[in-house]
Amino acid sequence: MNGTRIHKTSEHWPNEGVTQVPYGLYDNSEIYARERERLFLGPTWNVLGFACEVPNPGDYKTTTIGDIPVVLVRGKDGSLKGFENRCSHRGSLLCLERFGNAKAFTCVYHAWSYDEDGNLVGVAFQNGVGGEGGMPDDFRREEHGLRRLKIASLSGLVFGSFDFGVPDLDDYLGPDIVARIRRVLPRPVKILGYYTQTLRNNWKLYAENVKDPYHASILHSFFTTFRVNRLSQQGGIIIDGDGAHHVSYSKLDRPNDSGHGDQEYEAENLRADKDDFGLKDPTILGGQDEFDDGITLQILTVFPGLVLQQVRNSLVLRQIMPRGVDRTDLIWTNYGFEDDDPELTDLRLLQANFIGPAGFISMEDGAVGEFVQRALPGTNGETSVVKMGGDAVASSASRVTEASIRGFWKTYRGIMDI
Amino acid sequence: MARLDHHGAVSNLLAEYAACIDSDDLEAWPAFFTEQAHYRITTEFNHARGLPIGIIDARNRNMMEDRVASLRQANIYEPQRYRHIISAVRITGNEDRLIQAEAAFMVVRIMIDGSQELFVTGRYLDQIELSGETPLFAEKLVVLDSDKIDTLLAIPL
Repeated sequence: MNGTRIHKTSEHWPNEGVTQVPYGLYDNSEIYARERERLFLGPTWNVLGFACEVPNPGDYKTTTIGDIPVVLVRGKDGSLKGFENRCSHRGSLLCLERFGNAKAFTCVYHAWSYDEDGNLVGVAFQNGVGGEGGMPDDFRREEHGLRRLKIASLSGLVFGSFDFGVPDLDDYLGPDIVARIRRVLPRPVKILGYYTQTLRNNWKLYAENVKDPYHASILHSFFTTFRVNRLSQQGGIIIDGDGAHHVSYSKLDRPNDSGHGDQEYEAENLRADKDDFGLKDPTILGGQDEFDDGITLQILTVFPGLVLQQVRNSLVLRQIMPRGVDRTDLIWTNYGFEDDDPELTDLRLLQANFIGPAGFISMEDGAVGEFVQRALPGTNGETSVVKMGGDAVASSASRVTEASIRGFWKTYRGIMDI
Repeated sequence: MARLDHHGAVSNLLAEYAACIDSDDLEAWPAFFTEQAHYRITTEFNHARGLPIGIIDARNRNMMEDRVASLRQANIYEPQRYRHIISAVRITGNEDRLIQAEAAFMVVRIMIDGSQELFVTGRYLDQIELSGETPLFAEKLVVLDSDKIDTLLAIPL
């Protein structure tokens, strides 16, 4: 084999390209370290959360970019700021709470203190005590600020990057992805609640899973088992220019496009109700065509670790967080909008039964990556097969394709230089 | 005295409830609830902040039966079972002909390969109807101590 050499391992990327993915990428600590350096510290945008999670000056939220702890802060002037959650003195975490409010960020270890921009503003005993000890005269506080993040927002979704050379967020995402993000974030957001699913697999196995429409109706058999007739045969895959991000969607068949979405939901509902094999309580299958376009499912990904999900009226931000070579935290933030009426909120909560670690149509995703991870020991030098739909990395009307997975790897290879 | 009676009845209900789930008799699980009972699993973080999301959110017995049917017929997960350890049962109220009760629980998950790990801990916040032939949950709020669910949550808690 004479493919590109990856690090000092025996892994090679085959010359065939992204239709073959080396299994060694999922359990290699050198690869993991390189991802930290090139992807997460590199020119990528990583979602930090919603702007509404830090509404007031001084509010902060702790999260991670990859596995690197960071803090998102609302400044005194209302702008959003971010920095690495690590004291520049001896490296301790600065903020320990998930959410909080602070006038200054003071390390518990030696009380070094930073302002909202990450500037070092206080060093305990800098001049010593009683003329003894203290920092040397040439110590300059301005040389010891926190590592800052570049911050950008889109429709209330906040992104951060360690690399100030990263392209502007709109350019990074491309117009198709921007439009589809705006679609599910048209109004001020209201958080409905959080949970985290711990996956016993490499983060990329989940990133691939969520970009893989091929498995959806096969692994997740809830809809077929309960014979919920899916009117929604329309849909497709949108892949942005270079393949990094994608949208998979399906849509009610609405030929005259005259706003009959709710009626079709109801018709679907009725069918399930009359069917002996249907659900005893089919209200979960109801819904509102809240974006007035008939789209009932939209799964959107932004490289490397963002998933924005609409399953009917269940709206969720999922963050894929690496926690080691074979551990991943999947953080689910369920949301709605401030002006939702109680009925719509109730529907979102009810349809959240579809998703999450106990979701009727998503629980399997929590285990299937682990099934791959556990089978890795025998894969020495082998590759997986990603040929559904050929070798293209392009949008398509068919969802029987692995084009968006190939897009992920195309981008991954570029940034990782492998 | 009445309070002690209630304590005994509630403890017994919880013991039967745990035995039902832990012996994989899931078809009998909805029968522990009134017809319009609300069963929801959430986390202490959400609960403390009034965030309404459920990890499971069943608003009546039919929805619970649908969940069992889905687990049996549709969902794919590795064979596993639970061992509930329930303790510190407290009667916290007696209003609207319902008993309010709270209990702490630990659930160990046992996988088919023999691995057994602490899966979740938390507390049950229950509304219990004692007026009928057998006590029933009119509401069961399962509040998990941690935000983290390992892999998936298939079997109810």
